[in-house]
Amino acid sequence: MAFLNFLISGISLGSIYAIIALGYTMVYGIAKMLNFAHGDVIMVGAYICFYAVARYKLPPLVGILAAMAVCTVLGIVVERLAYKPLRAAPSLAVLITAIGVSYFLQNGALLLWSSNPKVFPSVTGMGKISLFGGQLTVSLVTVVTIITCIVIMLVLTWFTGNTKMGKAMRACSEDKGAAQLMGINVNSTISMTFAIGSGLAAIAGVLLCSAYPTLVPTTGSMPGIKAFTAAVFGGIGSIPGAMLGGILLGVIEIFAKAYISTQVSDAIVFAVLIVVLLVKPAGLLGKQVNEKV
Amino acid sequence: MNKNKTLNKTSRMNFITYGVVIAAYVVLQAMVSTGSISSTLKGMLVPICAYVVMAVSLNLTVGVLGELSLGHAGFMSVGAFTGVTAAIALQNVIPSGTLRLCIGMVVGAIFAAIAGVLIGIPVLRLKGDYLAIVTLAFGEIIKSIINNLYVGVDANGMQLSFLSDKTNLAEGGKLIIAGPMGIGGITKLSTFTIGFVLVMITLVIVFNLVNSRSGRAIKAIRDNRIAAESVGINVTKYRLMAFVISAALAGAAGTLFAENYSTVVANKFDFNTSILVLVFVVLGGLGNMLGSIIAATVLTVLPEALRQFSDYRMLIYAIVLILVMLITNNPTLKGYLNIIKQKLVRRKPAAQTVEGGADNGK
Amino acid sequence: MKHTTKKLLAFAMVLTMLMSLCSVFALADEGAAFKIGGTGPLTGGAAIYGNAAANGAQIAVDEINAEGGIQFDLRYEDDAHDAEKAVNAYNTLKDWGMQLSLGSVTSKPCEATSAETFADRIFALTPSASSTATTEGKDNQFQMCFMDPNQGSASAQYISDQGLGTKIAIIWKNDDVYSKGIRDTFVEKAEELGLEIVSETEFADGNDQDFSVQISDAQSNGADLVFLPMYYQPASLILAQAAGVGYAPKWFGVDGMDGILTMEGFDPALAEGVMLLTPFNADSEDEKTVAFVEKYQELYGEIPNQFAADAYDCVYAYKQALEAAGATPDMSAEELCDAMIEQFTTMTFDGLTGEGMTWDASGAVSKSPKGMVIQDGAYVGLD
Repeated sequence: MAFLNFLISGISLGSIYAIIALGYTMVYGIAKMLNFAHGDVIMVGAYICFYAVARYKLPPLVGILAAMAVCTVLGIVVERLAYKPLRAAPSLAVLITAIGVSYFLQNGALLLWSSNPKVFPSVTGMGKISLFGGQLTVSLVTVVTIITCIVIMLVLTWFTGNTKMGKAMRACSEDKGAAQLMGINVNSTISMTFAIGSGLAAIAGVLLCSAYPTLVPTTGSMPGIKAFTAAVFGGIGSIPGAMLGGILLGVIEIFAKAYISTQVSDAIVFAVLIVVLLVKPAGLLGKQVNEKV
Repeated sequence: MNKNKTLNKTSRMNFITYGVVIAAYVVLQAMVSTGSISSTLKGMLVPICAYVVMAVSLNLTVGVLGELSLGHAGFMSVGAFTGVTAAIALQNVIPSGTLRLCIGMVVGAIFAAIAGVLIGIPVLRLKGDYLAIVTLAFGEIIKSIINNLYVGVDANGMQLSFLSDKTNLAEGGKLIIAGPMGIGGITKLSTFTIGFVLVMITLVIVFNLVNSRSGRAIKAIRDNRIAAESVGINVTKYRLMAFVISAALAGAAGTLFAENYSTVVANKFDFNTSILVLVFVVLGGLGNMLGSIIAATVLTVLPEALRQFSDYRMLIYAIVLILVMLITNNPTLKGYLNIIKQKLVRRKPAAQTVEGGADNGK
Repeated sequence: MKHTTKKLLAFAMVLTMLMSLCSVFALADEGAAFKIGGTGPLTGGAAIYGNAAANGAQIAVDEINAEGGIQFDLRYEDDAHDAEKAVNAYNTLKDWGMQLSLGSVTSKPCEATSAETFADRIFALTPSASSTATTEGKDNQFQMCFMDPNQGSASAQYISDQGLGTKIAIIWKNDDVYSKGIRDTFVEKAEELGLEIVSETEFADGNDQDFSVQISDAQSNGADLVFLPMYYQPASLILAQAAGVGYAPKWFGVDGMDGILTMEGFDPALAEGVMLLTPFNADSEDEKTVAFVEKYQELYGEIPNQFAADAYDCVYAYKQALEAAGATPDMSAEELCDAMIEQFTTMTFDGLTGEGMTWDASGAVSKSPKGMVIQDGAYVGLD
């Protein structure tokens, strides 16, 4: 039964990584940039929700919507001010700018909201579900997290496959020049991608802090890096890949802790990642692009 | 003829670089000996040297080899811990601190080079962002390993243990690396002069490599791997060569850095430190060693110079970083600069098309 | 060449900007006050401890300055919980003309700065850096908090004496000096006292959110008491996650646990019955503590934790020692250093964090931790 317990914890943790990784992957797929500030957008989303629910006593749903609205706007503003002017610049320049944005958000949060940890209110309620005559206890947060993750992935897959905007996104990620020639507004498509990615980050932030309820200005950075790893693990640019990578990463992390060692679990997670990438150099579900000669 | 011209240009650039470093050393050393330097700046001289070496060595990987590495601090860590351990272990054998430090740096470089080979072989099979994430992963693994490593020395020699302290040192033995507590009670051995010498050695190694046959092969691989392979260049060999040299130099920098403080922990050399060094490289210009040196110096001094802003310090640092990236990559400004430069240099614009480095990343 | 010129220009611009700002902000010298400086993490992941200490010290300085008499000039510099930046921050303070140091707030940075204060002969009294290495072999380094080893063995002793548990689980932070120091001596003492440690699990930076494995290990090994040598932030997560799976052993914390009740939004029911050894209790009824807590809340909108109280005590301990030594602000740091060593090894000090504190020549403080238990969202003294 312990095994099942660990598996569920792993999937729950992994689902959060997966939602963050979805944001990474979408932005990467289209803007071809590693948005290192993504983790910090998560933190901002969590703070907004915290203030809405704990301070202003708004219903949790309103808190989540407020967080999504603020993060979406934040995503668009950051893209417009910091990334758009660099569209023609080398990719490394954009990477450094993203790091600058990440520092900016973290330190801004520190000034605005102080370094004192906040305890995140439960947005799902504290319920527990007992299975197998009480041998297995699953908290409601876990269930909600896993379901949300699946719903988001399904919606995104449908969105990119069937809507006009989604198709435009795919076209941009294949070939920006050609997309432009086909009458797609590349700039607004990229803005849209940032908006969606940041909105997802807000949801991820709320879920992350519901499952692990302390909130500080650096809350988003480590999950951000792990989720980035997950996105690469699954094949960066691929939506099902991000989902698979995230969940696997979470499960491996929990299993490594449970069955090998709590001391070196991070090393084990990263070692598995390396092995997978050596066998499948483009990640689990990534497209292997052959170089044209 | 064209080739000659480029060669002249690069060697001129190299001499300028040496000149700037030597001049900076002479001026600063004069200020130190006359006491006209603030404690803050004086205290930062050695770390600046260490960061300069880190930046130049990472520039070899990122700028010259053309691969993004997010785990460079891992090599610094390996160098720091092995180098300091060697220096401490030799405490009773070699009385001269400078000699111990030099041996430490050599040991650090060797171990970092070994790590570079072990990591480079799998890593260099990958490409682009996948390679980047694997270097990040190795950096984290190194951190995790050192956090769980216990090394002691006693009459029976070196004792190693992993996960928990099982070294069981004999009477009079000394635990050097104490897992998460790192190394404590280090006698400070690093001096600005040694730091300067290390910077010069690094520059000599990197410039000679870049301008050698091997260096041209490495650049050819960066610019077009398949074309390079087709003319018979051993891609794996040259890529590994650049990667390992870069790792070894980072190792020596690690020892220099660690020997400047009384304590060192593995968490110091984490992902953020790797990113910090990467920022130096990108800001200074890919493949541009002088740029790396200046960027490393300025960005190390900057957070200290911003102290009077107290709480807003790191916020301003972030804004400066973003603005510098935006300004240096602004096409309008670039155009103006080019016009100014052409007026100054009076060279035909066509000559600019052979510029390597940063623009290839588009 | 193109890139160099361009970037050099950008750098030059930035530098000019900074230089001009520097001159505007140049500080005027006050002269008639003792300059006290300290470094602590005012930004980054450990910012809460540094800010608390800086705030606590500031309150003490303001109170003392308002009385007339001895005047202090306090300056805290950010070290982001990093040895390298701590040394930079220390050097900045030295340039400012610091005469007495408050060391660093956290252990590892303090180890680095203590080597500097020792070499420069500046007296240092750290509010909260508790590892032995900070004071070891340095005659002018003193601590206001008790050392990690003392806490570990005191906790084991306490658990054994009170018969709180027989099967003990430990969860500790694998990359933290503080946690590791307490854990080591706790294990040693527990063995000596015949306490059985049935489960020992770790966590580290970046891996400090999910504790399901650690909790389940303790639970499945039948631990009836879980020892948590860590700061309160991860501890709050452990308590919440244990409650989520319905595991309710006795919890035993250390002084870093103090502050858990002040976290905004924390459900005190989760911490019901948690025991800890701490020198400071914000709910204490005594006059000094009440006044301090009130003042702190008024100024910073939060309830002070032990770090704030320790730093507050440090400043008052300085005041007492300076008065006793008849020191004047025009004395050099080195003269003050000798005077302070003499005073601190002989004086007795009453503060928020303990009555009748004394220091031995090694710099360690002698004060007894109080056993506390959390009941109905408040600390209640054990014993």
